[in-house]
Amino acid sequence: MLRFTLRRLLLALVVGIAVSAIAFMLLRVSGDLAIALAGEDASPAEVERIREQYGLNRPIIVQYAEWLWRAVQGDLGRSLFYPESVANLIMSRLPVTLTLAGLGLVIALLISLPLGIIAALRRNTWVDRGALGIAVVGQAMPNFWFGLLMIFFFGLSLGWLPISGSDTWMHFVMPAITLGWFSAPVLMRLTRGGMVEVMTSDYIRTARAKGLPGRVVVLKHALRNAIIPVVALCSVQFGNMLSGSVIIETVFALQGIGYLAWEAISRRDFPVVQGILLLVALFYVILTLLADILNAWLDPRIRRG
Amino acid sequence: MTTPVLDVKQLAVQIPVADGILHAVRDVTLTVARGETLCVVGESGCGKSLTSLAVMGLLPSSARRTAAHMRFAGEDLLDMTPRRLRELRGNRMAMIFQEPMTSLNPAWTIGDQLTEPFLRHGKGNRREATDRAVFLLERVGIAAAGRRLVQYPHELSGGLRQRVMIAMALMCGPDLILADEPTTALDVTIQAEILHLLAELQQEFGMGLLLVTHDLGIVARVAHRVAVMYAGEVVESGPTVTVFDEPRHPYTRGLIDCIPIPARSRPGVPLGTIPGLVPSLVGGIEGCAFRERCAFATEPCARPVPVVTGAEDHAWRCILPAAVPSLLENPA
Repeated sequence: MLRFTLRRLLLALVVGIAVSAIAFMLLRVSGDLAIALAGEDASPAEVERIREQYGLNRPIIVQYAEWLWRAVQGDLGRSLFYPESVANLIMSRLPVTLTLAGLGLVIALLISLPLGIIAALRRNTWVDRGALGIAVVGQAMPNFWFGLLMIFFFGLSLGWLPISGSDTWMHFVMPAITLGWFSAPVLMRLTRGGMVEVMTSDYIRTARAKGLPGRVVVLKHALRNAIIPVVALCSVQFGNMLSGSVIIETVFALQGIGYLAWEAISRRDFPVVQGILLLVALFYVILTLLADILNAWLDPRIRRG
Repeated sequence: MTTPVLDVKQLAVQIPVADGILHAVRDVTLTVARGETLCVVGESGCGKSLTSLAVMGLLPSSARRTAAHMRFAGEDLLDMTPRRLRELRGNRMAMIFQEPMTSLNPAWTIGDQLTEPFLRHGKGNRREATDRAVFLLERVGIAAAGRRLVQYPHELSGGLRQRVMIAMALMCGPDLILADEPTTALDVTIQAEILHLLAELQQEFGMGLLLVTHDLGIVARVAHRVAVMYAGEVVESGPTVTVFDEPRHPYTRGLIDCIPIPARSRPGVPLGTIPGLVPSLVGGIEGCAFRERCAFATEPCARPVPVVTGAEDHAWRCILPAAVPSLLENPA
């Protein structure tokens, strides 16, 4: 288990460096930053001065190496708009987004695991079809639309929940449900599929032959095997929630990194965009690592791989 | 006469399939006494595995099970509450399956899976469960038993896994073990060892053993009594020696003729075979199911055939008046 973890850690490090390079390069090829910074009606001399000032005239490899070296030390540069360092700016906004995505994942699992298990056990009954219906509706509806519907209904019509800001836990209810609702269907279908397959396996028959009650058969013997692909998907979904928060945070005006990213992109605040890109990419890498380790714990056969 | 540990009368299992109802088990009657080994033999699809699953209440949910009666140590299994059935399963009656490679849960250790029935049925604490697991693993011939407890199924060979399954079945000291072709998936060299072990344990612990197999060679070595199944029915049953010496059903005779015997089966001389195919069991069968393949079949065979009872519990489902002679050219 320790060797497995170390190997995966090393792999994650390599992937992390690769994605940081890609994130850096992508931003550079998306347009001439010097022109973007100087403004569209700046003189060529002014553009050249900006290019000089930000070091944009050096080879891109050098620029990347310098940026990476500083990033490793926690220095992501300064925002072009806020009077703050990028690192501080992101750190002050990150808790909101992490809370939102975390709650979203919890809600997604609270919906998808029980529904997926019940749908699998009551296969081809109205319960199964009802769950499938929920899945279809959930996936077919864009999440900003679902968010707007919730704002309209619970926020404006009923007045139960605040519709914008991130001051209290009440502010997180609707955005988290919106995120979770959108992720639940795919997790539910995967849980159902896994459970259907596992429940027909020989070791489930063995568990029954031992005289174990149904809930032990399902929760101890079946779920642990069925949930392995779900864990991997969870890490992807959590990453999606971080990036999906750009839309949700804008809809609900939550002051998280999604909102910050949206602001930074529209203001061409490239050090901030770069920092957020790096952070989200690293989150994906870390989540994948965690999912791998969790899966290895769940399934001893993976540990050898 | 004491109550048999298993007493099944006129068991039938029906499974709905695409083109009708499959009468997979039709009118199966059998008993297993304490300390007795009953072998159920027959070819693939004759309903022998379903019979054992029906006793354990482990049939697929689409299957329908009926019987005149089905008792475990005098207790009615047909109308038993699910709770009472769970109390018996893995405790007083245990099952060993055909597929050792897939019958253990890949996500839990051997130790966890072994101690589970012991703890579930309240036989003792974790310490005692572990001791019993180690004792039984050693008893079924697994070296370094203590170390095996923390291993996972994928770290063990098929033969070892089947030994673990046997140990698991023995954890609560059952009165009856149902073994469904426990050696079919194993190497030939391991097969003999596992069977020998089962027969030995059956004697040692005085259990009833219902051993499902398609191998008459196995029957000859371990069975006290034998039930020959064909197309969902028991066509002949009785003490092993009697059935082998004086088979009364042509199918039984055909199976015996198929056994290669070194002295008899000389190179170049063909082994016995049974011509033809098993009839379809969808929609049910009138008359003797074997008549299409039988060398002795006559016109009355198309009508329902009664079960005839002879001496010493020997019973058969055939109208022939005497024991069936071997059809081989130079019988032993």
